[in-house]
Amino acid sequence: MSLAAEGLRLRLGGKPVLDGVDAALVPGQVTAVLGPNGAGKSTLLACLAGLRRPDAGGVRLDGAPLASLAARARARRIGYLPQSAETAWPIEARILVGLGRTPYIGARGLSAEDARTIDEALAAAGAADLADRIVTTLSGGERARVLIARALAGQPDWLLADEPLTGLDPGHQLDAADLFRKLAHEQGRGVVVTLHDLSLAARMADRVLVMAQGRILSDGAPAQALSPEVLARAYGIEAQVRAGAAGPLIEVVGRAPPGGA
Amino acid sequence: MIHARKQTMAALVALGALLALTSLMVGRVWIPFHAWGDPSDPLWPIVLELRLPRTLLAVVVGAALGMAGAAMQGFTRNPLADPGTLGVSSMAALGAVGTLYFGAGAQASWVIAVCAMAGALIAVLALMGLAGAASSAVTFILAGVILQTVAGAGVALALSLAPDPWAVTEIVDWLMGSLTDRSLGEFSLAAPLVAAGLALLLSTGRSLDALTLGEDGARSLGVDMGALRWTLAAGVALTAGASVAVTGVIGFVGLIVPHLLRPLVGAQPSRLLLPSALGGAVLVLAADILVRLTPGGSEVKLGVAMTVLGGPFFFALLISMRRRIA
Repeated sequence: MSLAAEGLRLRLGGKPVLDGVDAALVPGQVTAVLGPNGAGKSTLLACLAGLRRPDAGGVRLDGAPLASLAARARARRIGYLPQSAETAWPIEARILVGLGRTPYIGARGLSAEDARTIDEALAAAGAADLADRIVTTLSGGERARVLIARALAGQPDWLLADEPLTGLDPGHQLDAADLFRKLAHEQGRGVVVTLHDLSLAARMADRVLVMAQGRILSDGAPAQALSPEVLARAYGIEAQVRAGAAGPLIEVVGRAPPGGA
Repeated sequence: MIHARKQTMAALVALGALLALTSLMVGRVWIPFHAWGDPSDPLWPIVLELRLPRTLLAVVVGAALGMAGAAMQGFTRNPLADPGTLGVSSMAALGAVGTLYFGAGAQASWVIAVCAMAGALIAVLALMGLAGAASSAVTFILAGVILQTVAGAGVALALSLAPDPWAVTEIVDWLMGSLTDRSLGEFSLAAPLVAAGLALLLSTGRSLDALTLGEDGARSLGVDMGALRWTLAAGVALTAGASVAVTGVIGFVGLIVPHLLRPLVGAQPSRLLLPSALGGAVLVLAADILVRLTPGGSEVKLGVAMTVLGGPFFFALLISMRRRIA
């Protein structure tokens, strides 16, 4: 099982957003994509999910071009959580999670087996107690769990989540991070998340990709890939990296001096 | 939360049947049951040639507008969307009015229907184009405002260029929809077009459900947004366009009906489509019976009555939405 970006290039409005990105992702791992605003993280994720077509290069799923896969077949393999976390209508959480079965269902609607899968997804995301709640009345942490359950209901091999922890308090961030680790380590899925919190990324990810200006600056285990030099180049910040109890701790000292690093 | 979708639909069918029977009886001339089955009765032609087409058209047009509204709300994820509020009906009316200027030969009813549907199709495509990739609730409403303005200007131009008073009356008739003096010919023209449109709109249900998660969310679930756009545009053009061609603009049906039914059948867009068609038929039947009962020399136009009813409803809906957002 593999999902790989090969030489991705994409220009939007004349500006290069992806400028030659290569990354072979591994199942059973949490990969965190980091980088400053506008670095191309979300665009990379959208390309990996097959939602955006690059100008050059391509994405391969198990060696075959992702673009050659039918939309429904692709949707069964790759789950995607958009940044917007939109839930437009006041429907029950179970119905929202059921939308994850869209790539499977035919004219007859949800089967008993689909219903079982939906319950399992709710349980796996720790959202079983929310099943009958109306999604528009949920708190941010609750909604995050329900939306993750929605992605799991599609039983994807790959779960790509665009800033899934944004807007959550530290406790719920840790819960969600643990959930993503469990999905990767215990269920063998490939999990890719974009993040802004460096310490959280270092804590939850097996591998980090640091992006800047449409390229990958650094790729590897958090302790190696998140060096002060990389952070200075990517974000323009001066940071100290220390060993902590749960992975590297990153302390931001301040803006890097201009021309430094 | 348990929704009584089946019970609601059964109740709507029963209510619709009851109203349809009432619609055959009620009017300037009261027609009792025994006159219906008797071709020798002097009241028979009134039932067959006036009341029957009117009743059938109320069902067809109500169903068309109700489902078009529910589908447009699902697509735009905005409970204020409907063929009337987003300018689709106005553009269809502009298309119909345009036939007055193509010469006498263009006044065949099928030409009017084609032009009205073309106007509606252009409107839906323009809505989608104007709202663009960043299609939020606000951009759709703004695009609708633009379309209303364009259609209003077009109709004003047509009025000012009208060759004779007869044409002016004709144009005003389209702007204020009505079911009076319609024939079975108009029914047999509109019914198949509306039926095709309803079938197209029903087929979008699953995709509209997925759109609850936003456009990227829906696409990641395998929804083909391009196909969805075209299916929806064709469905709305057929339903709303054909309706306007035979009855003129009847607003607010597609706004009111899905809103009233959502608490009963659930807010999931696919589950709302069919009940909205039934509810639309019930609403238009009821409104058309009421306008016939208005005292005075001439009947209130149905389109005007719906606007009088729908305007305050629109206000109330906006205020309740504002409260929910705040």
